[in-house]
Amino acid sequence: MKSLAELAAIRDAMKDKVALRADSGDTRVVVGMATCGIAAGARPVLAAFVEAVASEGLSDKVAVTQTGCIGVCQFEPVVEIFEAGKEKVTYVKMTAEKAKRVVEEHLKGGRVVEEFTINSLQ
Amino acid sequence: MKELSLNILDIAENSVKARAKLIGITLEETESTLLLTITDNGCGMDRETLAKVTDPFFTTRTTRPVGMGLSLLGLAAEQTGGWLRVQSVSEKDDPHNHGTKVEAMFHTQHIDFAPVGDVVATLITLIQGSPDIDFSYRHSTPTGSAELETAQLREVLGSDISLAEFEVLQWIEGNLREQYAALRGADEITDQ
Repeated sequence: MKSLAELAAIRDAMKDKVALRADSGDTRVVVGMATCGIAAGARPVLAAFVEAVASEGLSDKVAVTQTGCIGVCQFEPVVEIFEAGKEKVTYVKMTAEKAKRVVEEHLKGGRVVEEFTINSLQ
Repeated sequence: MKELSLNILDIAENSVKARAKLIGITLEETESTLLLTITDNGCGMDRETLAKVTDPFFTTRTTRPVGMGLSLLGLAAEQTGGWLRVQSVSEKDDPHNHGTKVEAMFHTQHIDFAPVGDVVATLITLIQGSPDIDFSYRHSTPTGSAELETAQLREVLGSDISLAEFEVLQWIEGNLREQYAALRGADEITDQ
């Protein structure tokens, strides 16, 4: 059983790591989690971002957050990526699989996955 | 919504927006019914808002004029022969004891009952999005229960470690999945 003792061990292991993370959040991944997003499948998309950002070791500079309705409900699940000094990128009709590619290619590799962006629809 | 757990996520997000500090989610199952209760100590709603809240063409959002959350939950309950009830006390009316309570009752043997689905994923999503809010969760069935009190975890973690840290979320998810596995095990034993 996952015990409280195990949670205390996680806390002790993390203390130094968290203290070093003075100003995280150069990059923000924002997932739309209003009714429209949730109904379209935003929950597994968010979970995929949270997991991939952690497993790729990006937690120190990428914050994954949630927001309400972004206003383009027909394209949900919608994910916006804000990077300091760059234009916002809006990904549409996201899935957990697409989220993994965005983490790898965009957040890690620095190349926007054009085919998933809202611009690719127009 | 394909599963009830997505409605739960959607409705609990209303409590987050109402700046609740504590959100309670309970699922109480009998052999043939399920009662879902979501309570919060957020800002509440005035009577006028409360009267309109299950109307799909009413919403507080400003990006478009349709709000479906509570009407979708009401529909999911009513199509099983159940009901939806929303009670609320606004902060203006009572500065000390305000908040909202949403209850939905389902007949689980009804053919139109949507599966409960992955409530654990819903809880993880809520905690990830609002690590400073306390969530109190309990799912009881005739054979046992699964529960989570984030206040208890916060005591262990102290103020430096957020509940939204990936390692912490993983622990919470593992803990809940183990509780559900034990619950299903107990179910199978009583079925024999």
